[in-house]
Amino acid sequence: MDKGIAVTGMGIISALGTSAGENYSALIAGKTGLSYPEILKTIHSNLPVGEVKFSNLELAGKLNLPVAHTFTRATLFGAIAAKEAISQALLTKDDLKDTGFISGTSVGGMDGTEKYYLEYAEKNDHRRFIQAQHPGFTTSQIASHLNLEAYVTTISTACSSSANAIMLGARMIKAGKLKRVVVGGTDCLSKFTLNGFNSLMILSEGFCKAFDDSRNGLNLGEGAAYLVLEADDVLNGKPVLGRISGYGNANDAFHQTASSETGQGAFLAIKKALEIAGLSSKNIDYINAHGTATKNNDLSESTAILRIFGEKVPDFSSTKAFTGHTLAASGGLEAVFSLLALQNDQIFPNLNFEIPMKETRLKPVSVLKKKKLQHILSNSFGFGGNCTSLIFSKNEK
Amino acid sequence: MKNNRLYINGISSISAQQENAVFDGNINTYHQNIIPAVSPDYKQFIQPMALRRMSKAIRMGLTSAKIALKQAGITKPDAIITGTGEGCKQDTEKFLEAILNQNEKLLTPTAFIQSTHNTIGGQLAQYLECTGYNVTYTQNSASFESVLMDAQLLFLEDQEMNSILVGGVDELSKKMTSFMYLDHQLKEQEISNSNLLKTNSSGTITSEGAHFFSISAEKSEKTYAELIDVSVFQAKTSEDVSEKILKMLQLSNYTIEDIDLVILGNNGDNRFDHFYHHLQNGLFSEKPQLAYKHLTGDYKTVSGYAVWLACKIFKTGSIPEIFKLNGVTCQNPKTILLYNQYLGDNHSIMILNSN
Repeated sequence: MDKGIAVTGMGIISALGTSAGENYSALIAGKTGLSYPEILKTIHSNLPVGEVKFSNLELAGKLNLPVAHTFTRATLFGAIAAKEAISQALLTKDDLKDTGFISGTSVGGMDGTEKYYLEYAEKNDHRRFIQAQHPGFTTSQIASHLNLEAYVTTISTACSSSANAIMLGARMIKAGKLKRVVVGGTDCLSKFTLNGFNSLMILSEGFCKAFDDSRNGLNLGEGAAYLVLEADDVLNGKPVLGRISGYGNANDAFHQTASSETGQGAFLAIKKALEIAGLSSKNIDYINAHGTATKNNDLSESTAILRIFGEKVPDFSSTKAFTGHTLAASGGLEAVFSLLALQNDQIFPNLNFEIPMKETRLKPVSVLKKKKLQHILSNSFGFGGNCTSLIFSKNEK
Repeated sequence: MKNNRLYINGISSISAQQENAVFDGNINTYHQNIIPAVSPDYKQFIQPMALRRMSKAIRMGLTSAKIALKQAGITKPDAIITGTGEGCKQDTEKFLEAILNQNEKLLTPTAFIQSTHNTIGGQLAQYLECTGYNVTYTQNSASFESVLMDAQLLFLEDQEMNSILVGGVDELSKKMTSFMYLDHQLKEQEISNSNLLKTNSSGTITSEGAHFFSISAEKSEKTYAELIDVSVFQAKTSEDVSEKILKMLQLSNYTIEDIDLVILGNNGDNRFDHFYHHLQNGLFSEKPQLAYKHLTGDYKTVSGYAVWLACKIFKTGSIPEIFKLNGVTCQNPKTILLYNQYLGDNHSIMILNSN
């Protein structure tokens, strides 16, 4: 197998905290970030969410933005998380000039649109947010705030967006198209998504119970997470946090919002990721599952896992009960969690699990577990049948 | 690094103009700044039951994709890559208005389900039963170019990869498109599209459309063009753009002499058309120059029309007068360069060769 692509920086903001350190502390303490909406103004105050408890004003303060900025909430998250990643990777001003930025987001600046939609026609005050609705605008603003001057693009494949962004970054470095790239994604809570998922009746009124027989839906979350990827020939002895050794993308080609019973898309994505990494299923020490806690996802994903791993299913857990399902950002958040797991040889627990589902009998890791980890599989599946799997591996000295 | 070859073997355009009519001199003129696309007979391509639920973006996207694939003789591509600058705005708007008007109560999910940016890519996968690589890009006016960059990479990585469906699609919606007047993306006064490039005011006109292409690593008798290279970049000044073009030509082992014709994204916005004027009066002053947005309006994936136009010019050898920005002529152009930007951002260059 080849070495994979080096990760030299990571940054994250989620309901668990505003840095990788804060997120890690919560993960090992088994402390959920789920709560009820306070920042998001919604009538659905009964629905648990993984909300970042800072207002946009407070977040803008962290970035020292001018008063009339055009940063929507996802942009604020994105800039904060990407900044942390860049600072860990010690990228210089010169480095940034040839650093690309690939971001995944689903609703972009929708929170601004839903706030000002009814007043745009009458009042001039917030019209600067009209263009900010579109995901590419979000991405361009983060890139320009952080002086990232190479290729900038946005992927929007629903809940697999940032996993695809990470995959594209790794591919571009492998192909020699870029030397450095910041990859990941961002999404904020919005009335649009909360009501959308609620109308689909897949939100739980309790804290989500991924892979549990009595699971009854997901909790939404918000946040952003980014990695810095660098080509080996520009590393100059820099510390490497881990490597992206495999990636696979496939489409379930089954239904716009539901996953197939056979988990075909997920199966193909995992299979391709193993092939790219040159690994067999036996080499995977831990799966950070998509595990949204909907009836449909967890069964379909379990079926795909059984098809790949057979009798020998490795340790697995979903971290959605910590952060909520952060949609397009989830692949980024879980990439950071996977790297933290690799660095610390720890598996973070699948909270709220009690009883295995009848169909598969699979039991996730439900308490923090110490274990030597070499290769971690991370799954992200979304609406539109978009399935992506990534493999993170320890850096071989 | 030498790219693998990337050939365009099937093309399709849905825009404010009838697909092939412009080559017969039949031009649609409009006196409005928001122009709907001319709808083909969707029923020929999509089941009536399914059609009823679909927004225009989905209709246009599926239809355009099917036409391009049919032309290339492909039933199931190995991968599907879609670009959309503003996504499924009609369903987004519908669901958002329901939330606001009904105060978050009694909502039905259909519009939400169809509102995600990857709806068209996902629908295409289902219709074509294609479980292969599937991604949707949404990077403003560089969304379609991002698609092509990914396709280039896929061919480079995977020798087995033979055919990829690529395309760009954007639709109008009532409110969200009209907001473009409020932040000066559109001209204040309604104009005739045929006068777009003669105006001296800020803003442009907008429209919608879908442009899909069936591309392959192998050349065939159906081939329209080879994509030599594509680039998306940021530029502060017109000089930056010229510099970028020269650099890109060099990387592809081309010189400025090899370029027979240029297709530019002029949209009549006097705040930003200097990016094109600089090239028209500088680097490309001796070249035949074409523009197209006075026929199609400007929207985030309209550069798909420019690629379609280049392909048609290669195949027919004719260049309709209506596109010409200058009097320089050429017979059977072999190499065409396309340049586009929107509001000074998301610049892109593509180089196509008729081979």
